[in-house]
Amino acid sequence: MSDAAHARAARPRSPMAPPRSFLWTRRIVLALLAGFVLLPVYVMVSSSLKPLEDVSGKFEWIPSGLTLRPYADIWDTVPLADYFVNSLVVSGAATVLSVAVAIFAAYAVSRYTFRGKRVFTVTVLSTQMFPGILFLLPLFLIYVNIGNATGIALFGSREGLILTYLTFSLPFSIWMLTGYFDSIPRELDEAAKVDGCGPIRALFRVIVPAARPGIVAVAVYAFMTAWGEVLFASVMTNDTTRTLAVGLQGYATQNDVYWNQVMAASLVVSVPVVVGFLLLQRYLVAGLTAGAVK
Amino acid sequence: MTQTAVTPTREPAVRKATPGGARTTRRSGRRRLALPYLLLLPALLLELLVHLVPMLMGIAMSFKELTQFYIRDWASAPWSGLDNFSVSLDFDGAVGQSLLKSFLTTCQFTLLSVGLCWLLGTAAAILLQENFRGRGFLRTLFLVPYALPVYAAVITWAFMFQRDNGLINHVLHDQLGMGDSPAFWLIGDNSFWALLAVSVWKGWPFAFLTVMAGLQNIPRDMYEAAALDGAGIWKQIRHITLPSLRSVNQVLVLVLFLWTFNDFNTPFVLFGEAAPEAADLISLHIYQSSFQTWNFGTGSAMSVLLLLFLLLVTGVYLLLTSRGRKTSDV
Repeated sequence: MSDAAHARAARPRSPMAPPRSFLWTRRIVLALLAGFVLLPVYVMVSSSLKPLEDVSGKFEWIPSGLTLRPYADIWDTVPLADYFVNSLVVSGAATVLSVAVAIFAAYAVSRYTFRGKRVFTVTVLSTQMFPGILFLLPLFLIYVNIGNATGIALFGSREGLILTYLTFSLPFSIWMLTGYFDSIPRELDEAAKVDGCGPIRALFRVIVPAARPGIVAVAVYAFMTAWGEVLFASVMTNDTTRTLAVGLQGYATQNDVYWNQVMAASLVVSVPVVVGFLLLQRYLVAGLTAGAVK
Repeated sequence: MTQTAVTPTREPAVRKATPGGARTTRRSGRRRLALPYLLLLPALLLELLVHLVPMLMGIAMSFKELTQFYIRDWASAPWSGLDNFSVSLDFDGAVGQSLLKSFLTTCQFTLLSVGLCWLLGTAAAILLQENFRGRGFLRTLFLVPYALPVYAAVITWAFMFQRDNGLINHVLHDQLGMGDSPAFWLIGDNSFWALLAVSVWKGWPFAFLTVMAGLQNIPRDMYEAAALDGAGIWKQIRHITLPSLRSVNQVLVLVLFLWTFNDFNTPFVLFGEAAPEAADLISLHIYQSSFQTWNFGTGSAMSVLLLLFLLLVTGVYLLLTSRGRKTSDV
């Protein structure tokens, strides 16, 4: 009998195997957590398939009848498609710009020594701790005043929201990308420079391709941040630029709430980000690890 | 800006850091020194526009009598010294009293929420460390609350907490027979617990994600060595895993604290603009008192006080945790 077969047969009772107390703790705790996580997801999915009578009366675990009507109705009851387009444009533009700005900044922090580097990184990171409410009021005034002075409509426009959102994800993106760039051997871009590449060419030819997972992670993070933001969206948008964050909330606080439709709409607006995130989550974990190693 | 930032005395230090710098001529050396600043320029300008200038403006506004008459031209609002602060901190007056109450509610809420998020996240990450069947699925599942947009998740919870057609009352009242009549969850004292449940549900996956990333940095042979010495899995968790997570925890707890204390989205979507008193978190409180009365001066003073409090807590926290770490390392 080979050693390998022997080891395989013996494994369940080997001293390395976790004891029963651990296995049971693991089963129970993980089952409870899974239940906790799934509960709202179940409510969202099942209620979105119920007819209106079912969600207006007592809650039922098992729907009495299934219907896809709510998914058709949501587009007529509120201008959901408009909200969707607004959210998509704002979040998409904020993501692309934020990632581009973060790549340049992280390249500088990772590859150069310069005066004020520490001040820059500390200041940028510490903006993360400011209460949003502190700069909401002044930013509101700045945008209104810029509009009055120059005619550039930042308040109430998509552009103003894009500008705001792209800075929200910037600190974390710079921090994470710096960690990623640091983990790429300097010899690679030095070699490219010996071959006659300038610093910018070296960045795009060597570092950006090598850091693709980190860049993807940062992009996902930036998109999610913009897609889910509520506070600034509720103050800085008007009827035509309203994003999903504001629109959906209005939908859920009408006098007569069609809960099945609201659940269907919630599900529809969640799908793009949840699917994107879950597909790309391993990059985010890897990115966090790279940042943590630093 | 970029050229003046480079002083001749500084050059040698920078040269040393960039190999090959000594070979370049003086002019291209200068350009090379300007480059990092050019690369940073977009980030810097944006941070200035959206974060730093508004923050300084907010501080200036807190010393002004900034009511709706001056919104169009805030600079012309009269200075009012420390009036806004004394109104906010006068705990006998109506404004100060409600601010203090909101502050205490927020403290209580944050302690509970951060504690629970940390506990659940760490437990899940440690229990999912070893490979077993279903591990990948659970890991993905646990990240779903983090991936869902805040408003979609919170609206679903708001539906679950409805008095007459929500799931929570169906389970507690109809199925378990608790209470004489179905409870209200989104108004009154219960709203605190409703908010806490939503906040933990939404927040713990981030702790899970961070701890999971931290666990990947623990060398495997530490566990193997411990196992050879006869340490069981519980001992390994206590003596290897948890101590190795110290530095990750230091950052994680701070970030969770700041996010939870400043949280606006969860109560705003759960309750609408007017939160019940039991769940009146400070950000929403400031927002409401600013936009309801259009008294931005007092609102700014409250925000500045909040910022000072957060700075103080962060400073003390970093001091304490870093010192504790140094002594334990020795």
